[in-house]
Amino acid sequence: MLNETIIKVEGLSKTFGTFEAVKDVSFSVQRGDVFGFLGPNGAGKSTTIRCLLSLISPDNGNVSLFGKSFKNERKEILSKIGSIIEKPDFYRYLSAEKNLEIFARISGASVSKMEIQEMLEFVGLGDRGKHKVKGFSHGMKQRLGIAQTLLHKPDLIILDEPTTGLDPQGIIEIRNLILRLKNEQNKTIVLSSHQLSEIELIANRMVIINQGKTIIEGSVSELLNSQELVVRLETDNIEATQQLIQLNFSEAKTTLISSDSLDVSIHRDRVPQLNRLLVENNIGVMAIEPKRKLEDYFIKTILS
Amino acid sequence: MLLKNTYNEFVKILSKPRSYLGIGALTLLIGIIIFAMKVDGNSIVSFVTASFEQTLTFNGKVINGNLITFIILQMLIVHIPLLVALVTGDLISGEAAMGTIRMLATKPISRTQIVLSKFIAGALYTLFLTLWLGLMALGLSHLIFGSGDLIVLNSDGIVILPENDILWRYGAGFAVAFLSLLTVSSLSICLSTFAENSIGPIVATMAIILLFTIIGTLDVTVFDSIKPYLFTTHMASWRSYFEDPVPFASIKQSIIILLVHNVIFICVSIIGFNKKDITS
Repeated sequence: MLNETIIKVEGLSKTFGTFEAVKDVSFSVQRGDVFGFLGPNGAGKSTTIRCLLSLISPDNGNVSLFGKSFKNERKEILSKIGSIIEKPDFYRYLSAEKNLEIFARISGASVSKMEIQEMLEFVGLGDRGKHKVKGFSHGMKQRLGIAQTLLHKPDLIILDEPTTGLDPQGIIEIRNLILRLKNEQNKTIVLSSHQLSEIELIANRMVIINQGKTIIEGSVSELLNSQELVVRLETDNIEATQQLIQLNFSEAKTTLISSDSLDVSIHRDRVPQLNRLLVENNIGVMAIEPKRKLEDYFIKTILS
Repeated sequence: MLLKNTYNEFVKILSKPRSYLGIGALTLLIGIIIFAMKVDGNSIVSFVTASFEQTLTFNGKVINGNLITFIILQMLIVHIPLLVALVTGDLISGEAAMGTIRMLATKPISRTQIVLSKFIAGALYTLFLTLWLGLMALGLSHLIFGSGDLIVLNSDGIVILPENDILWRYGAGFAVAFLSLLTVSSLSICLSTFAENSIGPIVATMAIILLFTIIGTLDVTVFDSIKPYLFTTHMASWRSYFEDPVPFASIKQSIIILLVHNVIFICVSIIGFNKKDITS
């Protein structure tokens, strides 16, 4: 069952007035994937995700979930999906518990009050169930959003920018929640995020879209391993460091960042040699820090 | 699913402070009218009946619970549409403004059912408001002023209805008044389908009622052909039950026109909401 295609999007396009939000997006998600959905602002991520949830009707292209189309089996498809789109919005005048009761009632599954309480405990809001949502912080709403997403035990979870507007602590909390869903419940998760580090840490497959088109799709590890590693070097003699690298590593590309640091684009197997070379030439190495691979990959892909 | 979501809608309506605004306003206004009639009712009624007193003699209690209820209805039925629109105009657009429409539309419930459940909940709220008006007006005014024959002044003169022939007229009158208010509720929900905030549909509903009422009262030949089809023309049909004899044919026509309006508003909402791209 692991190779079962859960989402299949082919040639999706959507125009609002004269603005082409999505021109040609195609990708597929397999069961058990944590699928990263990447793209710069305005790339068409949210429009695509809204098409996946039947919030927006595409002009052209096919969207099938669980091998079914929205035309005939909308209710059945949606009963298997839990989602947060952009930000979780709730009825501010109702308590967290009442909000979950409202969404549970129309989720297509039977959810008891005890299960609602358990879900609130799961997302760390066990003691806030009776509190009105209007007093909740953004992070608490995000966690309540995840509780709402999981209430009816969906097979597929779609999270659109789940960490937007969160402080570092909130980002870590949401990341840990997603990791628990992946590890403990083996859910299929589609995760759209600007936080490239989040995708790199969590996702096993990804798609990058730009200007409404699919740029690349594949396994995160394969896509990133095919790239050179960029390391940031901090030494006590940056000019000598640069000269040494240029003399000994002809394939390496260097970019001076400041008076004591430079970025080196180099194959990961050559990094120990580079370190040894600097030490042998009496250059004090303060730091060798690999930069986020996905960040560089993303920028290169988008720019190309 | 329709019933479950209707229950949800009712929970939401009951939890919103604005839902109690109408009930509070009605209670206050009924109290003020009853107080005014208690303090100065005789001079108000004398002013109206003065022109008849040369030819007619009024015996018994002219100011009684039935007359006060009629006065209350006459005065308040014009203002209740605003109280109805205040709640129903928010039912869909309020969800769009809050962002909850996204959550709702990604649940396994059809968009048609979402709209229908809102219409049903809006209708129940309107019914409750109408019943509240009726029970408060009839109950309080009978408690304070007692019962008696009802003297109604209309364009043809005065109609005197005996005490034992009044209650059924109020029952039927409230039913038609409910249908009129239901049309307002349906209109505001319909407008709410196409809006992203609740102020627009509420203001637009009142503007449409005002515009149609003005067209209905203007004595211009051009408008004569459309007047019978404006729902506002039939919003005061409840009053026909207090004529003698009761013009059942004209009431039936009003009921049909109001029902047709309701069906049109519901259909437009369902089609509009099903076609709507939810981008909020």
